[in-house]
Amino acid sequence: MTVSDHPRGGFWSDTGRSGLGSWIFSTDHKRIGLLYLFATFGFFLVGVVLGLLLKFELMTPGRTIMGAEAYNAVFTVHGVTMIFLFILPGFPGAFGNLVMPIQVGARDVAFPRLNLLSWWLYMGGALIVLTSLFTGNGPPDTGWTFYVPFSARTGTNVSLAVFGVFIIGFSAILTGLNFITTIHRLRAEGMTWGRLTLFTWSLYATAWVQILATPILAITLVLIMAERMLGTGLFDPGRGGDPLMYQHLFWIYSHPAVYIMILPAMGAISDIIPVFSRKPVFGYKMIAFSSIAIAAAGSLVWGHHMFTSGMSDRAVLVFSFLTFIVAIPSAIKVFNWVSTLYKGSISLEAPMLFALSFIILFSIGGLTGLILGAAATDVHVHDTQFVVGHFHYVMFGGTGFAFFAAMHYWLPKFFGRRYREKPAVIAWALMFIGFNILYFTMKVLGMKGMPRRYYDYLPEFATLNLVSTIGSWILAVGLVIMLVNLIRGLLRGEPFEGNPWGGATLEWSIPTPPPTENFAREPVVTHGPYDFTAMKE
Amino acid sequence: MTHPVHKDDFGAKLGMWLFLFTELLLFGGLFLLYAAYLHRYPREFAAAGKELDWMLGTANTVILLTSSLCAAMSVTAVQRGDNRRALGLLGGTILCAAGFLAIKYVEWGAKFGHGIYPGSERLRGGAPGESVFFSLYFMTTGIHGLHVLIGGGLLAWIATRVRAGRVAAGNHVLLENGALYWHLVDLVWIFIFPLYYLVL
Amino acid sequence: MDEQQHTIVSYGTLTAAWIALLFLTALTVGITRLDLGGYKVLGALTIACLKGGVVIAFFMQMRYEGRLLRWLLFVALVTLAIFIGITFFDVLYR
Repeated sequence: MTVSDHPRGGFWSDTGRSGLGSWIFSTDHKRIGLLYLFATFGFFLVGVVLGLLLKFELMTPGRTIMGAEAYNAVFTVHGVTMIFLFILPGFPGAFGNLVMPIQVGARDVAFPRLNLLSWWLYMGGALIVLTSLFTGNGPPDTGWTFYVPFSARTGTNVSLAVFGVFIIGFSAILTGLNFITTIHRLRAEGMTWGRLTLFTWSLYATAWVQILATPILAITLVLIMAERMLGTGLFDPGRGGDPLMYQHLFWIYSHPAVYIMILPAMGAISDIIPVFSRKPVFGYKMIAFSSIAIAAAGSLVWGHHMFTSGMSDRAVLVFSFLTFIVAIPSAIKVFNWVSTLYKGSISLEAPMLFALSFIILFSIGGLTGLILGAAATDVHVHDTQFVVGHFHYVMFGGTGFAFFAAMHYWLPKFFGRRYREKPAVIAWALMFIGFNILYFTMKVLGMKGMPRRYYDYLPEFATLNLVSTIGSWILAVGLVIMLVNLIRGLLRGEPFEGNPWGGATLEWSIPTPPPTENFAREPVVTHGPYDFTAMKE
Repeated sequence: MTHPVHKDDFGAKLGMWLFLFTELLLFGGLFLLYAAYLHRYPREFAAAGKELDWMLGTANTVILLTSSLCAAMSVTAVQRGDNRRALGLLGGTILCAAGFLAIKYVEWGAKFGHGIYPGSERLRGGAPGESVFFSLYFMTTGIHGLHVLIGGGLLAWIATRVRAGRVAAGNHVLLENGALYWHLVDLVWIFIFPLYYLVL
Repeated sequence: MDEQQHTIVSYGTLTAAWIALLFLTALTVGITRLDLGGYKVLGALTIACLKGGVVIAFFMQMRYEGRLLRWLLFVALVTLAIFIGITFFDVLYR
């Protein structure tokens, strides 16, 4: 991280300390944010490579490059990496840390040392997960859901991987309680709840889910380890246990966890769209409220992952009904974003392009979610490629594209240099096209009946699978261009100064890159986060 | 760096409470399993529950309640500037914690002696609900015991800071938070006790 | 919301809370020795909730905290209740 020829200024150099130690032992929320960014994005790239391998295997029927066992291991590791190492910690860890304390007008988070501990726990957990791949009897092959009874019996290295995820859960809990305390206690003078940015609101909702849902995952993982190592038999039907209780516990966490993934993304989009529309956000209160509503309603609907598991019919009806409730706050957000665009002075720069494609892809993902949430149609497409297509639209098309938008929007602020616009737009176009080819064909394949999690398929699915694989290559090319452009730009590009996009939130009012404690004097906030007229005066 | 150190006792307490919520939910998952399996195996649970010694359970309840009282009083003592008394009270709490664990050890030892432990021959051969009951019992009391151990260690560390005068009146949020953690351990036991030792 | 001043809870109050807890413990042991059938669980859990309330209010000093912490605790407990409650739509009707 040493920058020799061009001193960056701000928090990069004003502590007078440099070298690796000044980063990995720093309690500065910006340094920790960047550490999270590098780590989570690194794991994202690992996950991408594994995903490309999966698609390569599915290019032709029969064995292409790997057999059934290897395919099981690769999709498990792809899922575990993407979910636990990238998408769950990614947004709160990287952009939550970088931006949120500045947006509320604080010098740092409420518990800076705890924040550093969170990162260390995350890295420790990630290393344990990685170790589990290369030790014992081979990488876990259970799928990221670790379903019993298979996970209790398989000889692969499930215990260690589960332990790593447990540690990462601890890290998420600490981040969550840190953010809630920060938002409650460290808001600057004049920063009322009604003046918080929507990104901060979404992180607040996210943090609550992290706190209230993650412990359930923790106990579930402990029980898996006990099942394997002590033979407790709590989920073993042969000894009176009930595998469905495992599924309940797992999804009590893992469904709300979906909202840990998507809520901060929605928040970032809510911050970006008004700036590039030069118009105050439409329905501020409703967007803020809908973040809380999504977190609350999202905690009631876990059973829709279990419609075909043998759960009671009454529970299926209840969960199916509750699932539709989540659609309401989600739709509130989409309508408000579109209304913000209406009659705005839209400037189509890279962050905005990613943000706009987020709206489209998330809408497609969300609407296909309703097909899965309705019990009757779910039975038809359950455990097919349709499901895989659906959640990639939400997770990758939603959170992933929002993550890219946030990278293009906020990173120049912290690096003091900017990327080139044209390659960014080309990369965006390639990724958007490749993404839709890759995942839309998956949905079609699922409707036609191709199941998920098999390395092989019937010959009639061959053409569409080939198309899907080609889509994955286009997406990968776009990703590489984006990455090269970002790295080159942020390290050696044109200087990025001031407030070129005219954002009205607090992070745009301080020097670029921000100094270590952000504000020379504690700011006094006099206008809302999207009040562009007040800013001009 | 140049700014004065930020001190926010209420913020620290808020953070501690949020952490306690996660502990509540963690044990909540185990209580959820207990409830579901009790519904399925009422008879087997009743039979297995009779094997637990409610006298020892009651003794441990009284011990934990007393330890909580000591912890709460030590906060009062520090607030009144009486660090010596606070230290004595914390010692009382830790002594109670040790007593609790000793009784737990005797209980577990007796169960092991009867061939009752997760995955044992006897449980594998017995009624399905029996194995579930004892596995839940060992997991719940085991994780709770771990919390007793951690809480005791935490309070012992805080006691050294009370002794050194680094925790004192007006600067005692660390002790308050340590005590809060201890009360949570007590709180969880208040629910474990009737569910496993009494109602079956 | 700003509760920076610390309330000092007297030894007397704490001891009274402790005596109440011991009394409730004796009560719960007593009633569960009787043959009450299904009401046993209900009674024991009601007493456990009372005891939990005493611990939270006096030992954990929630009685002296502002509204914020009480609300947050309420949210956490309701969440737990919902998790257990909705699961029973499956457990009861399978």
